[in-house]
Amino acid sequence: MTLRLAQAGLLVVLLLAWQVLTASGLLSPFFFGRPLLVAQALVDWFASGVIFRHLFVTLFETLLAFVLGTVMGVAAGVWLALSPLAAALLDPYIKALNAMPRVVLAPIFATWFGLGMASKVALGITLVFFIVFFNVYQGVKDVNPLLLANARMLGATPRQLLRHVYWPAAMSWVFSSLHAAVGMAFVGAVVGEYLGSAQGVGYLILQAEGSFDINTVLAGMVVLTCCALVLDTLVTRVEHRLLKWRPAHTEVDAR
Amino acid sequence: MSAIVWEGVEVSYASGAYCAVRGLNLAVAPGEFLCVVGPTGCGKSTILNLAAGLLAPTAGSVRVLGAPLGGLNPHAGYLFQADALFPWRTACDNVAAGLQFRGETLNSARATATQWLGRVGLHGAGDRYPHQLSGGMKKRVALAQVLALNPAMLLMDEPFSALDVQTRGLMETELLALWAAQRKSVVFITHDLEEAIALGDRVVVLSAGPASHPIGDFIIDLPRPREVAEARLNPRFIELQREIWGLLRAEVLKSQALLRAQLG
Repeated sequence: MTLRLAQAGLLVVLLLAWQVLTASGLLSPFFFGRPLLVAQALVDWFASGVIFRHLFVTLFETLLAFVLGTVMGVAAGVWLALSPLAAALLDPYIKALNAMPRVVLAPIFATWFGLGMASKVALGITLVFFIVFFNVYQGVKDVNPLLLANARMLGATPRQLLRHVYWPAAMSWVFSSLHAAVGMAFVGAVVGEYLGSAQGVGYLILQAEGSFDINTVLAGMVVLTCCALVLDTLVTRVEHRLLKWRPAHTEVDAR
Repeated sequence: MSAIVWEGVEVSYASGAYCAVRGLNLAVAPGEFLCVVGPTGCGKSTILNLAAGLLAPTAGSVRVLGAPLGGLNPHAGYLFQADALFPWRTACDNVAAGLQFRGETLNSARATATQWLGRVGLHGAGDRYPHQLSGGMKKRVALAQVLALNPAMLLMDEPFSALDVQTRGLMETELLALWAAQRKSVVFITHDLEEAIALGDRVVVLSAGPASHPIGDFIIDLPRPREVAEARLNPRFIELQREIWGLLRAEVLKSQALLRAQLG
């Protein structure tokens, strides 16, 4: 509790310092904005309701990219981990695709899928997919062979092995990757909007930047950060519920 | 008809470079409690994995209930040396796992599992996850997991070696009680000669590896039912121990010399 107070206190101190420095002219308000004006921009957005349409678009793109990228990553990870031949064949291609800075795909997706949501979702998927894929691949590969032998001796069929051993064993890896994946889905949506769109928070930021309105740019960042935190918290909630068998989690719960 | 027969079995690894077991001829009678002892690294687990069908012999054959073993042995329950419980399943669901794999509904599997947890002395611990159980409790769950399927034979690979002495004695006595009630064939691997004599109807001594094979076969004529702690005080127990140790000692020394040579 005192920790939470201290954390909130630190935020207040930082905001005050920011306000004082920019108001006294030590930092130029033109480049650094002013906290009160940022707050004003936020209030305007929410009071007028302008933000909701854009926020909805960005969140929808993020969620769609997150869900589709995760499903594809899990499917590909399980498949390649269980078929070494396919993994060996595709290995250099996966490495190359993963090494490529995928943000450069944004213009291609814009030409393929237009300037609407689809191109942003596609970009998000390419970012999310590899994070989830590598974790699931590793998770399935690292399943304790003793557990497999035990399950087989207890009469598990290959399908049951997949469902009752490989899948739950890979789940903890999946969830540790989902935290990074949520962030990446956001990056895909916002960067996609920033590079060309007619709606979304990334678009708002781009517009504000075009008129050197640094306060609105910062307000957009605050909105995005808050949404990312909320999504990350949701992932943590689901993780705690589904992975309650893990020792570390009961210890955290007991806090 | 024997429960398990190893017939002229040879197992080599790395395409013949290392021979773990050679000339293995051994049989387990129905309802017999067979203990296999040998120095560390002599291929004791190999013998068990052959009987389980987890490992195929390089030469020779393994027969189970008269039929040659092709794939996994469907009549055997395997109790592993290390913890092989599913960490994401509660104690109850771990015991239910095998029944569930065999097509029982989760509810009926859980009902049977709860009974078995009671039988191994874990009343009311069904909701706990493996990481919330002590080493001895985990072994009990593993035992219930195997016994719930009512296998014709039990394969046990040093199951109690990681337990402390008191827990171990308790588990041994309970194992004997469960076995006496059902009289399954048991192959029990251990490096502990006292444990082997206290539990078994018969003790087979394996030579030091490589190319390990049985070099001694002793009938344990101690009365049953046995209380493990008391059986150890029986003069006949001490006599048997002296006799078998005379044979085993030479193999242990050989195995240690080999290990030292390998370490340079």
